[in-house]
Amino acid sequence: MPQTNPAIRQISDAIVEVNNLNLFYGDKQALSNISMSFPRNKVTALIGPSGCGKSTLIRCFNRMNDLIETISIKGEIIIDGQNIYDTKMDAIELRRRVGMVFQKWNPFPKSIYENVIYGLRIAGVNNKKILDETVEKSLKRAAIWDEVKDRLHDSAMGLSGGQMQRLCIARAIAVEPEVILMDEPCSALDPRSTAKIEELIRELQGDYTIIIVTHNMQQAARVSDFTAYLYLGELIEYDLTKKVFTTPTQKETEDYITGRFG
Amino acid sequence: MIKNLELELEKLKTKILRLGSEVEKNLFRAEKALLHWDENMAKEIIDSDEDIDRLEISVEEKCLQILAQHHPVASDLRFVVTVLKINNDLERIGDLAVKIADRVLILVQKKLIELKKPDSVQFPEQFAHMFAETKKMVKMCLDSFVEEDADLAYKVCLWDNEVDEAKTVIRKQTEKILLETPEQHKYIAMLLSVSRSLERIADHATHIAENVLYMLQGEIVRHEMDDLDEN
Repeated sequence: MPQTNPAIRQISDAIVEVNNLNLFYGDKQALSNISMSFPRNKVTALIGPSGCGKSTLIRCFNRMNDLIETISIKGEIIIDGQNIYDTKMDAIELRRRVGMVFQKWNPFPKSIYENVIYGLRIAGVNNKKILDETVEKSLKRAAIWDEVKDRLHDSAMGLSGGQMQRLCIARAIAVEPEVILMDEPCSALDPRSTAKIEELIRELQGDYTIIIVTHNMQQAARVSDFTAYLYLGELIEYDLTKKVFTTPTQKETEDYITGRFG
Repeated sequence: MIKNLELELEKLKTKILRLGSEVEKNLFRAEKALLHWDENMAKEIIDSDEDIDRLEISVEEKCLQILAQHHPVASDLRFVVTVLKINNDLERIGDLAVKIADRVLILVQKKLIELKKPDSVQFPEQFAHMFAETKKMVKMCLDSFVEEDADLAYKVCLWDNEVDEAKTVIRKQTEKILLETPEQHKYIAMLLSVSRSLERIADHATHIAENVLYMLQGEIVRHEMDDLDEN
């Protein structure tokens, strides 16, 4: 049984609720009986050794896993009261509400401006005033405006890695999502760019629910309010980050975060 | 990576235990110095305090180095933080042993012990008792740290009352003696200061035990223990 602090089991304002989630890749079970709630407008970190299922889990939240043919999912994921695996759920609308930032930045080979408004363009928004405002607001929110405001129409491919990652965060923010999923967003960045992204995560918290997968334990400790430890597809421990990193209740968690295992 | 951290934690433990044993040694010396009016023993305490101070700094530096280089978490973090705190308490116990040594020197060198009237003063016995209780507490709190024994640490926290009681007995006796033979006041003042030092050593031992409980259980029990005492 996973050890979850009672305070967390009864999160009153949960935006994402996972109930008894089981996920299989063919015959292989990747997630077992995961039940947990993610609090609204907080940062939750998922940690665990490679292959523990943390990336698989966050990819469920915007149905990125739909593209894998052999996958089968049981249980439910409720976001803002709606079961996202319900047949009535529109996956495109879901992905607007649940944005994602990947390990390797993936700007489109377009201008900085066009990258930010890409989501709006495909939604059919063409009003220049709205587009301009969205670009400025999103780039400011992603703490990159000052660095790019004079070259908005230059190619995004000329930016540094850290800048490209912040541009991708701006692109995710532009469509006004409720949840932002981040899958190892800093693993390919130098310490200075990492610090900027971490600072940004703390700034976005309060307005967005952020769920971050990270291999970097210190990063989880620095940026998150809550931390969940997964191992072999099971939720082992889920609690306030400060609690997990000072007094974890499970020996498995202790061994993993102190580096004695994993 | 983890092997390096484990190695560093092991080194830190050795250092703090060395400090603990030096401090304990000086507490034993202080007892002898007082009970036998032994000037040389008192000087030994004062001389060895420099080593204790050096050790304290070296423990602190090791803690800071581990925090900066290894970012310990969970039980490792609690261990380093506990060492950082008990380091301070041990050094203070060392200072209090020096203070007792100073008092012994004053008593012997100014010949204040000659003022003592053996018939009316039973201090050696009372002090022997107070020293025994205090030494027991210091030993127990260090043992609870080494053995990671939470029950023993709890015991230390409760033991503090014994030392407080011993101090009260000494205070009451001194009040009585001062009324009967006021000319002994300088001698009595020195002895009262010694009993105060012992009481404070017991308080530091209690702090150490409370920090050991934090290290083992992850809960800060400091004020809970105060409540327990008051009840």
